[in-house]
Amino acid sequence: MKGYANNILYINLRTGKTKTEPLGEEMARKFLGGAGFGIKMITDYQRPNTDAFDPENPIVYSCGTFCGMMVSGSASKWGVAAKSPQSQGLGESYSTGFFGSELRRAGYDIVVVTGKAERPSYLYLEDDSVQILDASHLWGKNNWDTEDIIKSDLGDPGVRVASIGPAGEKLVRFSAIINDRLRAAGRTGMGAVMGSKNLKAVAVRGFNDVEVADVDGFKEMALEIYEKTKGPETEKYRNLGTAANVLTLNKQAAMPTRNWQDAVFEKADKISGEASNEMYVEKIQACDSCGMRCEHVAVVREGPFKGAIGRVEYEPSYAFGSCTGVDRPDAIVRAVQLCDLYGTDALSTGVVVAFAMEAYEKGIITKEDTGGIELEFGNAEGMCDMVEKIALREDIGDLLAEGVERAAAKLGKGSEKFAMHIKGVEMTGYDVRGLKTCALGYAVSRRGADHQRHGAYGPDLGGQVDRFKAEKGRGQLVIDGEDLYSVMDSLIICKFSRRIWDYESYAKMYTLATGIPMTAEEMRRCGERISNLGKIYNLREGIGREKDTLPIRCMTDPIKSGVAKGSLVTQEELDLLLDDYYETRGWSKEGIPSDAKLKELGLESYAGYLEDLKNTDSKKKSGKKKTTKKTKRD
Amino acid sequence: MVKIHKFVSCDPDLCTGCTVCEYACSLEKDGVFNPIRSRIRALRVYPSGNLAIACRMCEDAPCVIACPRDALQQSEEDGHIIVDEDKCNGCGWCVEACDFGAITVGPDKIAIVCDLCDGEPKCIDVCPVEALSLQSRETKARKSRISATAARILADAASEADK
Repeated sequence: MKGYANNILYINLRTGKTKTEPLGEEMARKFLGGAGFGIKMITDYQRPNTDAFDPENPIVYSCGTFCGMMVSGSASKWGVAAKSPQSQGLGESYSTGFFGSELRRAGYDIVVVTGKAERPSYLYLEDDSVQILDASHLWGKNNWDTEDIIKSDLGDPGVRVASIGPAGEKLVRFSAIINDRLRAAGRTGMGAVMGSKNLKAVAVRGFNDVEVADVDGFKEMALEIYEKTKGPETEKYRNLGTAANVLTLNKQAAMPTRNWQDAVFEKADKISGEASNEMYVEKIQACDSCGMRCEHVAVVREGPFKGAIGRVEYEPSYAFGSCTGVDRPDAIVRAVQLCDLYGTDALSTGVVVAFAMEAYEKGIITKEDTGGIELEFGNAEGMCDMVEKIALREDIGDLLAEGVERAAAKLGKGSEKFAMHIKGVEMTGYDVRGLKTCALGYAVSRRGADHQRHGAYGPDLGGQVDRFKAEKGRGQLVIDGEDLYSVMDSLIICKFSRRIWDYESYAKMYTLATGIPMTAEEMRRCGERISNLGKIYNLREGIGREKDTLPIRCMTDPIKSGVAKGSLVTQEELDLLLDDYYETRGWSKEGIPSDAKLKELGLESYAGYLEDLKNTDSKKKSGKKKTTKKTKRD
Repeated sequence: MVKIHKFVSCDPDLCTGCTVCEYACSLEKDGVFNPIRSRIRALRVYPSGNLAIACRMCEDAPCVIACPRDALQQSEEDGHIIVDEDKCNGCGWCVEACDFGAITVGPDKIAIVCDLCDGEPKCIDVCPVEALSLQSRETKARKSRISATAARILADAASEADK
């Protein structure tokens, strides 16, 4: 087996013991890398129902299949998985930059970390040498300083660092892991899991060769892919970047505004990709091996946010722009930078601030709570100050650091109705009220509110279906997206290059790299397997059908303006969509995969986790029948 | 006749820091992927300074002079550094002598340096943004003079317009 390093590293921070195990061809063939490895490892190595902050909760770092190889945009993709402090279900996140390729060259496909270190520590992996080093001097330092100090301490500027900032140390539930300054494994609070282990950073340096099975074939195909990255399929990302979505989605009344009170932001042109590129973007640079380039580095040269450096993307433009009602791109750049420095998920952070703004305007929290910040929608400086307060858990920031679900539960006074989250994970920037396929995708997303598990906004916005209608058949569309994205997140192929790939080419590249025979159908099956295992994990941890839902506001408050005016998703619509999705998946009405489905996917060894659930499932059914009868009698 | 040597030159304004050149070079030379086998090395200085550096084909190359075993000599034809693999013992004096970090000692303990791939460097072929090209000092200097002059003219025109 080529391509892979064929090595899993286990580290226990409590005992200081480490061991390695071969990856094995079966693992490679069935779970590919990235997402597949992460989900498989936490399912196998985490005791069921462990709390996310339990020292024994394992955190798993994994390389994408093509780490360290000349596959455009794929050489440095790495993933992290663990029980999420937000959802208490599946946590997974992906990042890029230059960390993943270094990890592969150090000779590892997967690194599993358990236990809690006695004092602040960081890991240093250099080929066969694995060290747990003191990080007392790094505790409290921001991510950029942490990276610089580690490189300087180790005396090697070639070291790559994935670290947490003060937010992760303080267990802010939506903390991110940051590498190469501008790249984040942002979602589901993986940084907080590191913090709970006293683990400040993972530093890697590797000198091993990465070999592929068929050198000539690989080279030929790799060059073809590079040619395609120059084509129209990736043009958007090379030019304006995802920030191009601001005007597109706003026009479609799909850009959530002022904490989802509306879906049209009247000042969208001010925060558009066009505007921020023109004013602030100084360079578009690339991650390791990428022929496409999309990293829009923005530098603010004057004004109140002078000196801010950050990446311009659509999602932060939503979270720190329309969602908080802020119309200043320079403030967005600053807020993104603060998230990179302190180490929080920019997306969740923006939505949390927007939640606080609405609570402030409704009088649920006061100026006293905010430490003097007049936290109204549109207050750019107030927003940035609040980001810092959340990361440092100061004033109301301490409560907000728990995320909108927990903050609303504590605040009460109707704030639950505008807490924009699914499974405790804050909403990303597609207004699902007028995108019904996407709404289903969000509801069933295994890591909570997210567009990146399925890409189901595609059929809605592309006009492939009636975006305002909930109907049978949408389940299949979401499933197709999910399984494809499970493959993308495992190999890990950059989603921005998704249009130049298909299952056929994934399989071909996989075989050229690893020597393991793979067909397009087997590759698709890997995606289905990984999607199903993610579901099994969530079911085991108590995340069932009742959590496959939408934020209350999406089901009660219609969009107020634009082409989607009046749209929302009713419970009936959601039930119809869920029933259709579960059935098409081969799952029960409660979303439990059937034995036949498990067998088909080679997941039968996990059936045990579902036994108890099936029993409750049938009880629930009979319970429901009784209630119906009773109602009839009444 | 004075021979003007060309070398692989990178335009920092175009370079995205993607390191595809490194991948292509190590694949071409050794059939594997490993930046420490690459004869061209890309780097990023935060936040967005990007450049790839390969041998400049210096006249009276300092690496050749520094080598204590006479393992290095310079091609008269195109100026590239020829490493005698039997003589080289990987001592690394050449690395210390080079101001550009363009010559290194590879994992096989032999000095490695750009040999221009017989006149058709693979890194230039693969660079996704055409940031790499073969340049001589003369062409580089001329281009710099042109852009400096153009900038001067632009500045003059702008000040005229202001009046």
